Amino acid sequence: MIGVAFRRLLSAIPVLLIVSLIAFGLMRLIPGDPAAAIAGVSATPAQIEQLRRDLGLDQPIYLQLIDYYRGLAQGNLGRSLLLGTGVFAATMERLPVTIGLSLYALVFTLLIGIASGIIAALRQNSWVDQAAMMFAMIGISVPSFFLGLLMIILFAVHLGWLPSGGYVPFGESPVGWLRSMTMPAFSLALLQAGLLARITRSSMLEVLRQDYIRTAKAKGLPHRRVVLKHALANALIPIVTVVGIIVSLLMSGAVVTEALFSIPGMGQLLTQAVLNRDYPMVQGGLLLVTTFLVLVNITVDVLYAALDPRVRYE
Amino acid sequence: MSEAAPDAEAIAHKREHPVRATLRRLFHHRLFVTGLVLFGIIAIIAAAAPWITDVDPQRLSMRNKFLSPSETWLFGTDNFGRSLWSRVVWGAQLSMIIGASVVALNAVFGTLIGAAAGYFRKLDNALMRVNDALMAFPAILLAIAVTSVLGPSTLNVILALSIVYIPRTARIVRSSVIVLREMEYVQAAVAAGAGHWRILRHHILPNAMAPMIVQLSFLFAYAVLSEATLSFLGVGAVPPTPTWGNIMAEGRDFMREAPWIITIPGVMLMITVMGLNLLGDGLRDVLDPRLRIQQ
Amino acid sequence: MNLLDVSGLTTAFMTGRGEVNAIEDVSFSLKEGEILGIVGESGSGKSVTALTIMDLLPKPPARVAAGEVTFNGERLTGLSDRQMQQVRGPGISMIFQEPMTSLNPVFSIGDQIMETIAAHERLSQADLRRRAITMLDKVGIPSASRRLDDYPHQMSGGQRQRVMIAMALACNPKLLIADEPTTALDVTIQAQILDLLMDLRDEFGMGVIIITHNMGVIAETADRVLVMYAGRVIEEAPVATIFDRPMHPYTRGLLECVPSLTEDKPRLVAIPGTLPEPARRPPGCRFGPRCAHALPSCAAAIPPLETLEPAHAAACFRAKELAPA
Repeated sequence: MIGVAFRRLLSAIPVLLIVSLIAFGLMRLIPGDPAAAIAGVSATPAQIEQLRRDLGLDQPIYLQLIDYYRGLAQGNLGRSLLLGTGVFAATMERLPVTIGLSLYALVFTLLIGIASGIIAALRQNSWVDQAAMMFAMIGISVPSFFLGLLMIILFAVHLGWLPSGGYVPFGESPVGWLRSMTMPAFSLALLQAGLLARITRSSMLEVLRQDYIRTAKAKGLPHRRVVLKHALANALIPIVTVVGIIVSLLMSGAVVTEALFSIPGMGQLLTQAVLNRDYPMVQGGLLLVTTFLVLVNITVDVLYAALDPRVRYE
Repeated sequence: MSEAAPDAEAIAHKREHPVRATLRRLFHHRLFVTGLVLFGIIAIIAAAAPWITDVDPQRLSMRNKFLSPSETWLFGTDNFGRSLWSRVVWGAQLSMIIGASVVALNAVFGTLIGAAAGYFRKLDNALMRVNDALMAFPAILLAIAVTSVLGPSTLNVILALSIVYIPRTARIVRSSVIVLREMEYVQAAVAAGAGHWRILRHHILPNAMAPMIVQLSFLFAYAVLSEATLSFLGVGAVPPTPTWGNIMAEGRDFMREAPWIITIPGVMLMITVMGLNLLGDGLRDVLDPRLRIQQ
Repeated sequence: MNLLDVSGLTTAFMTGRGEVNAIEDVSFSLKEGEILGIVGESGSGKSVTALTIMDLLPKPPARVAAGEVTFNGERLTGLSDRQMQQVRGPGISMIFQEPMTSLNPVFSIGDQIMETIAAHERLSQADLRRRAITMLDKVGIPSASRRLDDYPHQMSGGQRQRVMIAMALACNPKLLIADEPTTALDVTIQAQILDLLMDLRDEFGMGVIIITHNMGVIAETADRVLVMYAGRVIEEAPVATIFDRPMHPYTRGLLECVPSLTEDKPRLVAIPGTLPEPARRPPGCRFGPRCAHALPSCAAAIPPLETLEPAHAAACFRAKELAPA
């Protein structure tokens, strides 16, 4: 297992290197004069010149690159133009909010996705199956921000059950956090839940056809035990491998959800940065989020190895 | 036992041309036909936009603001008294143009990159590392960052979405090419002295088409969805250009008094995406049953 | 009293072209400690017969259309799921053709043996473990106590089949059904597994049904033989009689297919044609179209299984006249 973790970490190095290069190249790709574009139309030539020097854009590109990697090595990702604080500090402040939202959404995704997938597989071709798959189809076809808007109209505007937006830190009030995050997490989760229901169903159908399921029945095990132990343990293996992908899709989708529900997370931070041409923030934030997701995927792979003895003993 | 039926069908239609046989199976696939109808309705509305709208989608008319749907105003009006019907129909056209462009760019570049990586082992490692890196970014964040760098416009949305999705398409093409490259008939062609270009064009790519077509129909759905998301966030085509995302973003402030401004484009978006997803499911079932487990 | 009585058993499957009988009017019985061989080509209905007895076929598409199974005086057909679960294991247990895929890959073999016992007996964890080790010992797994925590993929095919047998016998069943138990194994391992089965039969005194397409396996193990063709029993006799005086032309064909190492037979005679699919069976005698002795009248009706001499029955209109003098 440690071997798996080590191998995955090694293979992530070139990917992270290229990721950092792309993030670096992004600001330099701005058509025309990047400094002028960042400073905005109302800036004076002197201000533009000052900004150019601050961002190091007046230096030859290779020196910029060396500076960039020297900064990364020291954990210095530059300063946000908009906030005036370090990019790393700003990210560390906002990222936990997004992680919290994504994890809550992951709980919804796993509960809804796996449960409906299993039920559909066990009642293959019945009306339950068709209803579950119809639900999954709707789930993967409703844009999360549209679902969020509909939920706001229903639960916040008309029924007044939940706040239409805003954020209460979990540490301050867990109930308040739940109230403020339930609609965002659910609207974010439904798409992934639909995909997961379909994956779970086909994985479960595949497993239920296997010889070892027949063996388990032939041993006289109760039906519940055959399904919940023998079938589920195997059906979950491919599901674990997609959990990493689901987390990164949830965190990506959280950008819109945060904008919709005014949640001060990473997505909102980066959207604001983009709209205000705060490129150091965009570059550094993108790099940090992506690195975090790569690490999540490595963790999932290691977990997968722990679950499947065939991989564990390799 | 359940496989007995398609077998018998296949035998009965043995002499049929393969393309016709595939089409016949597609048109017997309930989900595919449903998807085709849903998507077809939106596509026709989009194509007929100049003829089925008589009001400029950007014409303001403050006298007529917040009118609910009626005979004169089919979809009602928005906060500036603009015809929501006109705006939604032209928005449909923009969605279709962006979706189709992203699909076309993916078909060309995804195939080129994927085929190069899958066929030429020397290129594989380098191309796939870059591919992996691009895929490591959260999709929407990368698209937002790219549009912000290039500036918000319809063309740049197309470019940004292509940068996000081409690596994913390339990966799918690559994996089919790798399998096909090892096939005996390809090895035979190599032994017979056929050139790389010829082998790729005649022996490999035609057989890599099935998973590619399936991918492109899902991609169309993602592209339409992502475009709406970008313009909802305000980094897509610039308002007052009518896109579904723009319309919904503007409707946010009025969801109590004029909920139709949000729900109508939202439902249109949903119909489009669901139609394309159903199309994709149908294509996958018919063209490439092996892919069923994925997705 | 017989251990097992199967009478008129008919199992139908729903297919795209309507309902088709996979097996039809299958009747036989088995005494305690007896080994019955069921032989036939793949698709002849041997496995369906076994799975129907165990009630392991998916329903739908499968359905017991007629007949009944009586085991140890209890009528199995019509039992509830829960009641049937109690029969499987301590009553009847089964081993399968594919040892590579018949064990669950994500649980240790010890766990899989122990849960079988735990499903039927109330024992402490330590007792379960002890029983599992004893069973592994009995089926000849060396250093059983250490291998208990191994996973299936760490074992060879022959070892896995031994584990399957240990699992099947863990609850001391009265009847063991072995469906092609050696087909997937190497020839040397085949002989070992068959010997093991015979030894365990002697030790546990259970009845055994061995299902195979291999006449060699039958010759080595069975007391009595049932020959199946296209879903029906076409001949039944003690093992010596079958090899001595086969009465059905199909059985004779099967025996001629056995390559013999001892006798100097010049050629391997194959039966012409192929087994008809269940939905395309010919009228009358199902072997008719492939039979060298078929008469037009053979297509008129299905020949019944008739007892032609003591303990020997065959389903052929011409069995008597064709029998070797």
